[in-house]
Amino acid sequence: MSALWQVLPVALRAMVPITLAALGEVFGEWAGVVNIGLEGIMTVSAFTAALASWATRNPWVGVLAGLLTGALVGLLHGFIAVRLRGNQIISGVGINLLGMGAVGFGTWALWGAKSPMLERHLWIPEVPGLGLSPFVLLTPALALLTWWLLFRTALGLRVRGVGENPMAADVVGVPVEKLRLLAVVYGGGLGGLAGAFLSLDWLHTVSATLPAGRGFIALANVVFSKLNPFLALLGGFLFGYFDALGIQLASVAGLSGGVPYQFIRMIPYAATLLVVTLAIGRARFPKALGQPYRRE
Amino acid sequence: MRAILESLLTLALGILVGAAIISLWGRNPWESYAALLQGALGNARALASTVSRSLPLVLTALTFAMGARAGLFNIGAQGQMLLGAVVALSVGLLSLPAGLQLVAALGLAGLAGALWAVPVALLKLLRGVSEVISTIMLNWVAHWLALYLVVQKLSDRVVGNRTFAVPLGMRFPSVYGELTWSLAVSLATALLLFWFLWHHGLGYEVRAVGLNPKAARAAGIRVGRALSLALLLGGVSAAWAGAIQVLGRFPYAITSDLANLGTLGFDGIAVALIGRNHPLGILGGAFFFGVLATGAARMGLKGIPLELIQIVQGVIVVAMAAPEAFRLLRGRTTKAKEGVAT
Repeated sequence: MSALWQVLPVALRAMVPITLAALGEVFGEWAGVVNIGLEGIMTVSAFTAALASWATRNPWVGVLAGLLTGALVGLLHGFIAVRLRGNQIISGVGINLLGMGAVGFGTWALWGAKSPMLERHLWIPEVPGLGLSPFVLLTPALALLTWWLLFRTALGLRVRGVGENPMAADVVGVPVEKLRLLAVVYGGGLGGLAGAFLSLDWLHTVSATLPAGRGFIALANVVFSKLNPFLALLGGFLFGYFDALGIQLASVAGLSGGVPYQFIRMIPYAATLLVVTLAIGRARFPKALGQPYRRE
Repeated sequence: MRAILESLLTLALGILVGAAIISLWGRNPWESYAALLQGALGNARALASTVSRSLPLVLTALTFAMGARAGLFNIGAQGQMLLGAVVALSVGLLSLPAGLQLVAALGLAGLAGALWAVPVALLKLLRGVSEVISTIMLNWVAHWLALYLVVQKLSDRVVGNRTFAVPLGMRFPSVYGELTWSLAVSLATALLLFWFLWHHGLGYEVRAVGLNPKAARAAGIRVGRALSLALLLGGVSAAWAGAIQVLGRFPYAITSDLANLGTLGFDGIAVALIGRNHPLGILGGAFFFGVLATGAARMGLKGIPLELIQIVQGVIVVAMAAPEAFRLLRGRTTKAKEGVAT
C-alpha cells in the first residue's frame, strides 16, 4: 500500500507534461483545430530547450526556447490547417514524424550520442523550501488561466465561436483565421513548455523518443476532459499517477506484486477507451472541429 | 495526372529539404544521395533488399487507404501490425505440418488484426467516437501488450535480446537475396483490394459512403456495414504486414524493443498518401520508402545519420496535408494565363 504513496512525488512531476500539452490542445480544439502532433511538438521543444540551456548555461532561457519552439511548430500546423485549409490529422502525423527525425538527427549531429545526459547546472532548480519543481505549481495556474481565457473573456467567447460556427462568427466580423491561428499557437506554446519540462526538469536528457507516448496520453486526457481545463488538470494528475506507477514498477523489481509493468502503462489508454465507451458517449465537441473554414 | 504530379512534387520537396540539411551538416548532398541510390538499387542484391523492405509498407498503406476510401481516418495500422507479428510468431509454438503452419500463422494474425478493429467500428457506429481517438488508444494498448508478450512470454532462452526464432518450416522461402515469397502476400492483397474496391458491389458501397455518406444512406446503402468492412479488412492487411516482417525477413524473430517492427504502421500512412490511396499508387510509394530505408544504411557509412530519412518522410507527410498549397501556386499561374488569353 505504501508503494502507492511513494509514487506521489513522481506522479506530481508526471502530471505536468500530460496536463500542459492537454490544456493547449483544449484551447485549440475550442477554436476548431485538432492537433495530434503533440508528441512531435514535445520532442522538438525538449531538444531546443536543452540546446538553449546548454548554449547559454541558463535553464530559464531553455524554457523560453522550448515555449517559442512549440509556438512555432503550432504556427506551422496552424498555417497548414487554417490558411491552406489542409488536413489537420495528416499534418499532425507529419509533425510527429518530423519531430522524431529532426531530434534524432540533431542530438547525433550535436552531441554524437542518441540520448546525451544534461549536466546538473542545466536543470531547472527546485522551488526553495518546498522541494517541488516550479512546473508543478505553474501547471494548475495555467489550467486556471486557460479556463479564464476561454470562459471569462471576450477573446474566449470569440475563440469558441469560431470553433462552433465559423460562418456565423465571420458574419459578425470575428476574424476566424486569426483567432484559429492564435489558438493553435497558444496550444503549441503549452506543448513546448511541456517539452522543456521533460528535458530540463524531469528526465535530464534529450532523445528522439523522449516523450515516450506522453503526447498521446495528453490527447487521451483531452478526450477525458471534454475540453474543460479543470478536468484536464484532474485527468493530468490521474494519468500522470499511472505513468509514474508504471515507471516505478518497471524500475523496482518485486514492487508490482506480480502485475507486469506493461499493463500499468496501458491504463491511460484503456481508461480513455472505457471513458468514451461508457461515460461521455456523445459528448459535445465544437461543431466545426477539424474542418477548415472557407468563406463562401 | 494532377494527383501524380502533386505526389512527385511533395517527394521532391522532401528530398530537397533533406539535401539542405546534409549541406548544413557540411557534407555533399549529391554524393550522399548517390550513395543512397547505389545502396538501394546498385545491384540485384540491393534491389531485392529494397523490395523486401517495401512489402510490409504496402500492407499498412492499404489499411489506411481502405479507411480513406470509406471516408475514415484509420490510423490503427500500427497496433494491428504489432499484434499480427506477435500472433504469427506465436503460431510457431504449435507443432503443425510446415506448409499448414505458415497458412495458420497468416490466418490467425489476420484474425487478430480484424478483432483489433472491431472496437473501432463499434465505438464509431454506436457511440459516435472518432476513429482517430479510438485507434490512437488501441495502438498504445497493443504496443504495451506486444511488448509484454515479447519480453515476458516469447523471449529466447539463449539469445537475450529477442524472441525465439520462427521455425524453419514457417518461414517464407527465399526468392533472391533478402527477398522472400512474402512478396506474394503484399501483391495479392493489393490486387485483391483493388478488385474489391472497383469491381465488387460491396467495394462500390464502401467508396460511395466515402464520397458522400448521406447520399449513400439515401440510396439504400448500409453505411455501418460498409464502414465496418473497411475497418476490418484494413485490420487484416495491417496484421499481415507484421506477420510477413517476422516470417519473411531476417532476424525471423521480434527484437525485445520491437525495433524490427518499428513504425511500419505509421509509415504506411505516408505511403498511402503518396500513393493517393490507390493500390497501384501504393506499390510505387512503398517502393520509394523501401529505397530510402535500404539506401539509408549506405548513406550512414558516409556519416549521415539514419534519422535524415525520417526528416524527409516527415516533410513529405506535412506537405501532403496541404494540397491547396499546390493549388494556390497553380491558381496563380492559371490566372496569369487567363490574363494573357483575354
